[in-house]
Amino acid sequence: MANREITYREAINEALRQEMERDPDVIVIGEDVAGGAGLPPDMQDAFGGVFGVTKGLLGKFGPTRVWDTPISEAGYMGAAVGAAATGLRPVAELMFVSFMGVCLDQLSNQGAKLRYMFGGKAKVPLTVRTVIGGGVRAAGQHSTIDYSMLTHIPGLKCVAPSNPYDAKGLLVSAIRDDDPVIFCEHIQLYNMKGPVPEENYAIPLGKAHVMRPGTDVTVVAFSRLALVALKAAEQLGKEGVSVEVIDGRSLSPLDEETILASVSRTHRLVVVDEDTPRCSMASDVVALVARKAFLALHAAPQMVTPPHTPVPYSPPLEDFYIPSSQKIAEAIRASLEARV
Amino acid sequence: MPVMSQEKLLWAYERMVLIRAFEDKLHQLIPQHRLPGFAHLSAGQEAVAVGLCAHLGDKDFVTSTHRGHGHCIAKGLDVGAMMAELYGKSTGSSKGKGGSFHIADLDRGMLGTNGIVGAGLPLACGPALVAKVRGTRQVAASFFGEGATNQGAFHESLNLAAVWKLPVLFVCENNLYSEATPVEYAIKIKNIADRADAYGIPGVIVDGMDFFDVYDKVLQAVERARNGEGPTLLEAKTYRYFGHYEGDAMKYRAREEEQSYRNRDPITTFKRKVLSEGLLAAVECEAIEKKAIAAVEAAVKAAEEAPLPHPEECLTDVYVTYP
Repeated sequence: MANREITYREAINEALRQEMERDPDVIVIGEDVAGGAGLPPDMQDAFGGVFGVTKGLLGKFGPTRVWDTPISEAGYMGAAVGAAATGLRPVAELMFVSFMGVCLDQLSNQGAKLRYMFGGKAKVPLTVRTVIGGGVRAAGQHSTIDYSMLTHIPGLKCVAPSNPYDAKGLLVSAIRDDDPVIFCEHIQLYNMKGPVPEENYAIPLGKAHVMRPGTDVTVVAFSRLALVALKAAEQLGKEGVSVEVIDGRSLSPLDEETILASVSRTHRLVVVDEDTPRCSMASDVVALVARKAFLALHAAPQMVTPPHTPVPYSPPLEDFYIPSSQKIAEAIRASLEARV
Repeated sequence: MPVMSQEKLLWAYERMVLIRAFEDKLHQLIPQHRLPGFAHLSAGQEAVAVGLCAHLGDKDFVTSTHRGHGHCIAKGLDVGAMMAELYGKSTGSSKGKGGSFHIADLDRGMLGTNGIVGAGLPLACGPALVAKVRGTRQVAASFFGEGATNQGAFHESLNLAAVWKLPVLFVCENNLYSEATPVEYAIKIKNIADRADAYGIPGVIVDGMDFFDVYDKVLQAVERARNGEGPTLLEAKTYRYFGHYEGDAMKYRAREEEQSYRNRDPITTFKRKVLSEGLLAAVECEAIEKKAIAAVEAAVKAAEEAPLPHPEECLTDVYVTYP
């Protein structure tokens, strides 16, 4: 069954189902994670989350494991933090990462820091599933990435899978992890199909994935743009350029070793990310390489990111905003032409 | 029934009919993928938007929601600019940067539709504070759904406005569902208006399907606000005819329930009343209906023909100044 292909959405659903079967402490909390709560049985599970990711969990595990919430992000996120600190292993869904502002205190000041502030006496095995990314014309409050901001917070871990296989394996690890993990699902990937084993497996946090080995330049890319970067690399491959593409799927902890080893071989770095550029994953990776592999560099590192603006609505504006395969290829060429 | 001038009655009918025509048109266009993005339609809730905005002027600010087209039209926004915005065109009210979630016109007192549930309540306290600081008689109003009353922002805004006696109307459009979740599951009291007791402000229930009931009760709340007596929480019992978003299969509610509200349709009810009481003539109503459909058709045509923004327009409007 290794060749079985399922969607990113189904892979996440399967990880949730298997982990809920495996561990009775795993519960799911969020707005309309069932939908139609309190209605007759045939009308419940009307949504399964707005993207249908948690569909079917209510029927299988019942209302003590699947909790629809009022529209109260601060309330249920705080409850999830508190429940995690006192015995359960909650998976809380935040409908869009842009709504993080509503409940950030519960995550940044509470969930992320309880263990430290209590001198190691608490653990917070919480997973927050959330939707990131643009490209669906949803404008400034439903299209952001924001994981750089979350990666910035000590105490939180953060992953962003780019394909169904990683989605399942990383979610399993996130749920089993004893620290709070933000699990970022890209809105454009839900229908992406890929091979996913039916059996349960875990991909360790903190490990990047070398999607394509190469010798001329290292591209570190995140989430959906890892796929776009791969396309650009394949195109350049036809022109005789050997591009190594690394999917930095674990943002925190970051796989520094894989990135540094790659740059020390290729001597060139291009970082590709959909988050805005200031104080970001992209600038973080550039800083890492500048600090720890400066002498290996033969060219200034390049960053391919959106501009320092909110996400616009109109298609030509948003298409300008989100890095394209063409812009990535241009940056790779610029890196190859440049010389320190 | 409150006393209203014929001019005001005509205005109210025109706005309600225009909202319906706008939303019905979108309901028709969206499945054809004629415009990008998402839309949350407010058909069925017209009496609330218009009954409230009938008491407001351009200097009275309103904050709206993800379901905000009706509020914008009731506040006097141009449907041409709104439609162009939904089409993502450079002629749109936000130059194509905002879409349905972010329609605004500060000259008309519209502080924006909003993508964040409950975010409009604190914002509305802002223009109310301006009125207080400057000693004007302006008021502010915030529309929100019943789901938003479960947000911390609701609690904080009502308390703040009560403490500062801000001239704000908090207008809850209780349409029975937050997305797919029924109100009975998410709120354990029968009337959201009762939540006002917790803040020491009046809580008033209005029939959101009856324009005249909304108009009458809002009048009292607006006068209270303009006289410096502070905020009011209004709960309009209403219903949305369409799904949470366009494309929602609505598996969480019964068709019979929808029909029971359609039987009390706010526009039909209004028309029946003004005709039977001889307040407006049938010919006047029909002219308004035709005009509304023509205005929406013209808005669609203009939006489809309008230019898309230049890609680099993405970079403008982030700051006033930035080196």
